[in-house]
Amino acid sequence: MSEQTPSVRTYTFVFAALLILAALTTGIAYIDLGPFNTVAALAIAFIKMCLVGLFFMELRYARGLTRIVVLAGFFWLALIVSFTLADVFSRSWIKSPGP
Amino acid sequence: MSESAAAHPLAAPSAHRASPALHHQFEELQQQYDASTFGMWVFLATEIMFFGGIFTAYIIYRSLYYSGFVAGSHGLEGDFGAAMTFILLASSFTMAMSVHAAREGKRVMLIILLLATILLGIVFLGIKFTEYSHKWHEQMVPGLNFHPSVEELRGAPGTAVELFMCFYFFMTGLHALHMIIGIGLLSVMTTLAWRGKIKRDNYDKIEVSGLYWHFVDIIWIYLFPLLYLIGGRYK
Repeated sequence: MSEQTPSVRTYTFVFAALLILAALTTGIAYIDLGPFNTVAALAIAFIKMCLVGLFFMELRYARGLTRIVVLAGFFWLALIVSFTLADVFSRSWIKSPGP
Repeated sequence: MSESAAAHPLAAPSAHRASPALHHQFEELQQQYDASTFGMWVFLATEIMFFGGIFTAYIIYRSLYYSGFVAGSHGLEGDFGAAMTFILLASSFTMAMSVHAAREGKRVMLIILLLATILLGIVFLGIKFTEYSHKWHEQMVPGLNFHPSVEELRGAPGTAVELFMCFYFFMTGLHALHMIIGIGLLSVMTTLAWRGKIKRDNYDKIEVSGLYWHFVDIIWIYLFPLLYLIGGRYK
């Protein structure tokens, strides 16, 4: 019904990319990279999410209204995460008066 | 909304004659399609926040009880995690192809692809069940049966490992519940397709089910590294 939709070719390429990324993230976990392990795992997860969202969920071809809803969801997620973390990790900054 | 329809009550808008799939509250098929997908995206936005709260809690407790989370992560079976990831990605592919088949009006192809998606979902849940039963036998189930060996604790406090296992069961359990709902949804869609109820002008049902299925896949895309990989599997 949309004016433009992805082709079978696009779906297949995205699927292949997702499989390669899944293999990559599994492989990297077995190599000691220090803190970079976490960064790599989350970066690959983010790329995989973008591929699924843009092509399988067709956000690339979606209207502005749909994109705003998605961005609103992630904006609220950012609020939850950032405000909660800011609270928890700044508690030790202020010395509370002892008993 | 339509001024012409208001001015001439007896003159039905042309779109109503064009398709029996058009519900009376909509002007045209494109508007109906847009409303369906918009509704599902709003629901998915609430789901992002729903899972987001748990992910936030995970980040905080992981930083507070790091050793326990690393030990717990090492105790999970990485091969199972990887296998489930590949299976779920494959199911997302067959789901995307289902939407494509529905859009092209290919009924038999649609049914085959929907059944493939359901099958992959069931295989995923089967592996998950096997993993849960392994955890039970290893006595790693918080509250009910938690007696880990010294080796499994890897020097971390037992309570910290127990906390990780709480997150593991809660996050994967909630994800599995979404999978079960998704399989139910796709079963209904398969039945509709079987009866020939899915046409090129009302395939938005398949599209919307697909959005839900892909969302559940995205949750797993994050659960896999967070639970299985992030502790590093090299030690």
